[in-house]
Amino acid sequence: MSDNKHRVSRRQFLNYTLTGVGGFMAAGMLMPMVRFALDPVLKGEAGGEMVAVAQVKDITTEPKRFDFKVKVKDAWYESEEPRSAWVYKDDKGEIVALSPVCKHLGCTVNWNGDKEHPNQFFCPCHYGRYEKDGTNVPGTPPIHPLDRYELKVKDGTLYLGKAKPRGEA
Amino acid sequence: MLNKIYDWVDERLDITPLWRDIADHEVPEHVNPAHHFSAFVYCFGGLTFFVTVIQILSGMFLTMYYVPDIKNAWESVYYLQNEVAFGQIVRGMHHWGASLVIVMMFLHTLRVFFQGAYKKPRELNWIVGVLIFMVMMGLGFTGYLLPWDMKALFATKVGLQIAEATPVIGTAVKTLLAGHPEIVGAQTLTRFFAIHVFFLPAALLGLMAAHFLMIRKQGISGPL
Repeated sequence: MSDNKHRVSRRQFLNYTLTGVGGFMAAGMLMPMVRFALDPVLKGEAGGEMVAVAQVKDITTEPKRFDFKVKVKDAWYESEEPRSAWVYKDDKGEIVALSPVCKHLGCTVNWNGDKEHPNQFFCPCHYGRYEKDGTNVPGTPPIHPLDRYELKVKDGTLYLGKAKPRGEA
Repeated sequence: MLNKIYDWVDERLDITPLWRDIADHEVPEHVNPAHHFSAFVYCFGGLTFFVTVIQILSGMFLTMYYVPDIKNAWESVYYLQNEVAFGQIVRGMHHWGASLVIVMMFLHTLRVFFQGAYKKPRELNWIVGVLIFMVMMGLGFTGYLLPWDMKALFATKVGLQIAEATPVIGTAVKTLLAGHPEIVGAQTLTRFFAIHVFFLPAALLGLMAAHFLMIRKQGISGPL
């Protein structure tokens, strides 16, 4: 046993205890404030509920625009925000609902908006184009396909959820 | 590890004298509770400063959620208090701390008064201390309105009427504070917020710096 090597001087002892106790108190003070500030990061997304958008019988193979409203809760501020979707039935008869938000810079795309490129979605801001299934046309500004809404059909009514990038929906 | 970082910086910038100058000073025997327990009365100034630091910190964090607007103020306070993690604690720190500052400051004032520590050559420091007292009262008064509930509104109405009772300039003072001759409303709230968060804290920091510089220059008054 080498007691002498491990001797703690009074100064060291006081240093350690004071730093320890002080650090503990400072942490006790700061922890609530830091957690308070971090709250939005840790809160997680609220599970958005599906909204009734259209009757299935109105949906054709031609993309059609449907407008609807979603309830948005931003902390204490609750509001109804307008949304829209391009909805059609694909070759297999399955319903597809595309977000109209251009993946380039967020303008709104239109079906058949450009006469020179029929049967495509067209963004007037920078001439971005997408195929009917939402795939971006190479050589135009967008570099990702249009987002797809999560959807479900119940009693002949189409319900839409969140718009998600293709591959996730 | 920390020591090595410190040494690295110190070797280049010679920072040791900087903090030694602030931190290294002897505590006279009559101020040290280890010698005379009654010396605890000297702690109240430091405690006032400590609570002030907590007030500044918790206040900074509260402004992350608070909105100084008649439509949103109450709702934002309700939200941060009830839906944000530790909201009750952080707001509680600011709420109770506000009262604690006044208590500590009062005890500090009593100690200085009854020990006669304000006498020559420390008269200037007493004056600065009184100014700090006024700034603290102003912080309490302006902060009280910010939650924008009924208690806040009517307390502020009373406060403004007191200001209005000043001879000659009363009405002007009231309008200057409230931002409107009759209404205690939108402009009052933004004004009180600006005063509470920017103007008075700036004044407070300046006054506290002067307070501390003077006590370091003159030293603590001698034993009774």
